[in-house]
Amino acid sequence: MTNQQPKLKSTRAGFGEGLVLAGEKDKRVVALTADLKESVCMSVFAEKFPERFIEVGVAEQNLAGVASGMAAMGKIPFIGSFAIFSPGRNWEQIRTTICYNNQPVKIIGSHAGLSASADGGSHQMLEDIALTRVLPNMIVLSPCDAIEAKKATVAAAAINKPVYIRLSRAETPIITSEETPFEIGKAEMVFEAKKPKVGIIATGPILHKALIAAKELSESGVTVSVMNLATIKPLDEKVVIKLAKETGAIVTVEEHQIAGGMGSAVAELLAQKEPVPIEFVGVRDQFGQTGTYEELLNLYGLSVLKIKQAVRRVMKKKG
Amino acid sequence: MSISQEKIKQLKQKANEIRRTVIETLVNAGSGHTAGPLGTADIFAYLFFHALNHDPKKPDWSERDRLIVSNGHICPVLYAAMAQAGYFPVRDLIKGLRKFGSPFQGHPQRKFLPVLETSSGPLGEGLSQAAGMALAERMSDIRRFDGCLTSSKLFFCILSDAELQEGNIWEAIMFANKEQLGNLIAIVDRNKIQIGGFTEKIMPLEPLREKWEAFNWHTAEINGHDFQELDEAISAAKEFSTKPSVIIAHTIPGKSVKEFENKPEWHGRAPSKEEGEKALKELQ
Repeated sequence: MTNQQPKLKSTRAGFGEGLVLAGEKDKRVVALTADLKESVCMSVFAEKFPERFIEVGVAEQNLAGVASGMAAMGKIPFIGSFAIFSPGRNWEQIRTTICYNNQPVKIIGSHAGLSASADGGSHQMLEDIALTRVLPNMIVLSPCDAIEAKKATVAAAAINKPVYIRLSRAETPIITSEETPFEIGKAEMVFEAKKPKVGIIATGPILHKALIAAKELSESGVTVSVMNLATIKPLDEKVVIKLAKETGAIVTVEEHQIAGGMGSAVAELLAQKEPVPIEFVGVRDQFGQTGTYEELLNLYGLSVLKIKQAVRRVMKKKG
Repeated sequence: MSISQEKIKQLKQKANEIRRTVIETLVNAGSGHTAGPLGTADIFAYLFFHALNHDPKKPDWSERDRLIVSNGHICPVLYAAMAQAGYFPVRDLIKGLRKFGSPFQGHPQRKFLPVLETSSGPLGEGLSQAAGMALAERMSDIRRFDGCLTSSKLFFCILSDAELQEGNIWEAIMFANKEQLGNLIAIVDRNKIQIGGFTEKIMPLEPLREKWEAFNWHTAEINGHDFQELDEAISAAKEFSTKPSVIIAHTIPGKSVKEFENKPEWHGRAPSKEEGEKALKELQ
């Protein structure tokens, strides 16, 4: 980490690049959208492979079913929409036609979290991790930056399972590099302190704020380590347990409802295997509203300050 | 090219065997749906013993026609037809329907019975999947030097009439028209009943044929118990290479067992042992 201004790019843009790569690698890859080609960054793929791009119109339920049928015939379909509509609107079609059949459809949920900021609460999606991680057979990915989103997309195409990829519209800092390893199911320690007192587990672009919080805390003598949890399901249990053991206190950070999100997944694991105090940074049972992205992140407590406060609270709980 | 009288006689016999298996299976299961399976037994006999290009000995043969049963609750007739066709022993089915650990789950599930094309049960989802399959096939297809398609695979989708009340279906209907899926043939079991009563009272579907026509499908309306009419309708549907086809098949729910015919209460009920014995006598 440096003090230089980081380069900004959205994870959806990273997905768009990854989709083209996946399409070049494997001609079975097809892309479908429900009238949001530009918004979900499928345009380049559509221009390059017009015969492999399908527009279904504003019909997300059909989007899921058609993709399931195509997968049954050997295709690798990526279906893209706003997360609120897919997997929001078509959750049961995803459950029955895709997950229940274990068809390798890749569900691309863009504008997740608060990133549809000006559009308002109706278009923001704070419940998608909860919706997808409860589905058997489903893999849930939540990349932290555009580079990781690109790698997640290529990896998703290569795995013969249903995958949900959570994407943001917001231009957020590039944290990883092309060389950073990415593997589905593997968590990465991105900031390691000596004798850390608290472990922060973050998912998605908000990882950047967790890193700033960690840096500022270290400067004031509070040592913390930070984990990038890009795969929410299957959870990298070994690494999460190791961090809990090492620190004895965990803070989870996500741009999602606290109920049912990544923090819940971590808590379910640690309550059974390594019970330690946990603080959750996330949205507390509220819908969003219109504002700039930063205004909304601050309003719902997804800020560097709130992460630091959560770290101090959880340290007190350690006793 | 019409269907021979001898073939019709044979299909009638098959349909009767399918109905008998349905009754025996449901009685042993103790629960399940009776009206739909008996009502569509002729359609399933026609498909499995005449129309479908398939091989029960090679269920994963890639060139087979695909049959998507969207209304999964009528699975006793799907299972019975498959058993009669030789996919698995009839006695396994009779013993197994709706039993713990059995391949014959209460609604079709591929994980337990991999020879199925899809799992189904929640209504309104089959046509999207069939359309996706039909489109994938066309995309993969390569044209021969003479311009003909190398594949003549057909994608059949069985729908109940009441499931047309689901919005998802109409999304799929629009989509199949847009993609000009001439290899897709939907068959609607127009038996006019659903779990809560008669369709036209619960949520009217008429004018049904005109609705499909307005969505630019080739349509036919037939007696779903008449093999001649079924054959003519399917043959005509095959002629449309850039238009999906729907066959609205009027059927009698509970067909061939007087006690069960045209009664909504038999939609979701299985016969008792006594009722089953009576029914089997009627089906001799």
